[in-house]
Amino acid sequence: MIKTDALIIGAGPTGLFTAHQLKLIGLDCEVVDNLDKIGGQCIELYPDKPIYDIPAVPECTGEELTNNLINQLKPFDIKFHLSERVDEVKKSSDMWIVKTNKGTSFTTPNVIIAGGVGSFEPRKFSVEGQDKFENKSIFYSIKDKNIFKGKTVSIFGGGDSALDWAVELSNNCNINLIHRRDEFRGAQATVDKVHELVKSNKINLFTKFQLKKLNGSSNIESIDIENEDKEIKNLKTDYVLGFFGLIMQLGPIANWGLNIDKKTVEVDTEKFETNQKGIYAVGDICNYPGKLKLILSGFHEGALAARACFKLARPNEKYRFEFTTSSKAIKSRLGVKSD
Amino acid sequence: MTKITYIEHSGTSHTVDVENGLTVMEGAVQNNIPGIDADCGGGMACATCHVYVKEEWFDKINEKSEGEDDMIDQAFEPKKNSRLSCQILVSENLDGLVVNMPEKQS
Repeated sequence: MIKTDALIIGAGPTGLFTAHQLKLIGLDCEVVDNLDKIGGQCIELYPDKPIYDIPAVPECTGEELTNNLINQLKPFDIKFHLSERVDEVKKSSDMWIVKTNKGTSFTTPNVIIAGGVGSFEPRKFSVEGQDKFENKSIFYSIKDKNIFKGKTVSIFGGGDSALDWAVELSNNCNINLIHRRDEFRGAQATVDKVHELVKSNKINLFTKFQLKKLNGSSNIESIDIENEDKEIKNLKTDYVLGFFGLIMQLGPIANWGLNIDKKTVEVDTEKFETNQKGIYAVGDICNYPGKLKLILSGFHEGALAARACFKLARPNEKYRFEFTTSSKAIKSRLGVKSD
Repeated sequence: MTKITYIEHSGTSHTVDVENGLTVMEGAVQNNIPGIDADCGGGMACATCHVYVKEEWFDKINEKSEGEDDMIDQAFEPKKNSRLSCQILVSENLDGLVVNMPEKQS
């Protein structure tokens, strides 16, 4: 069981800056995120898109913003638990016991939810049998490509993941690539490579088709795909891979006894505390009168929630407000010299 | 104000007045119409405000934004008349617009 002053759920910009604020006032914290990398929506949804409304930063991309926030955390030692989703938050006397889907558990007086719109999960097929075949014949990410060797693999999607895997697996598999339209959104070089492999019959390409039906008993034996003119083709296949990007799902947060309205958590605007003492919500996931879903609002909310954490983490000490420009204590935490 | 009709997958229909200059997505969210999630808040980054635009209206609304089709690829059951409602701007000449919502957004 890991003991910490505050556990942050979500490693997006709000979670990162909240961690900074906690460390600055002398509290420990750890961060959990379901994605395999730091940055949240900024890194998953728009790493290359410019953002123009970060105060004092005229323009930066989602990736640059993330990197700057990570840099700002460099003076501090913060443990990140990536590719882990918090499943359970339970009260035990004065502490919250938090458990992830990988079995990591924490005990902490403060839980800060900086979860955006929830956790990112792969978008799945909606045809009958998907649940039965998932992780047997259907995959949304690849952990061991060797299981596909010599098999027929049907890949759905038009982005980089679909194209990259079609190219890679065409070395030793029979590949069907199926996409709902003629254009691909992957990198041009990869798109060119795919067309080359189609010409040399290494990839069978079906455009304007979508998955209609899965056939098979314990494993998939074939699939039916259908186009806009209702033409149906049957393809023999051993495996089906779907690459339709990620969606955000509120997930287990809904089960923690919080007041939730329209997938957001109600908080006060003094501490950004929820209806549960010691659980806070900041950034896109929190809701209060006048809430603006801007990154800058998340920074403000995190700064206030961090101060609120102090009381529960250090009940016998008094929090004293200090400026980074003048505080010796803060400078020593940052590892910079005092004048 | 422009009248827009949102039809849920179940067939339930909602006709509301939407202020010109807003998007069809914002019109739904502000009027508490179920069926449009708009997780990313209109950033064309999530495909959860996906709608089907009635054929007779499809050519009258503003053209698809750059990258909109890339996002629609990821939507639930995309069709020829799929659009992201956050990219459809409401104006007087859309008065009477009808959009159908997919069975679900994710």
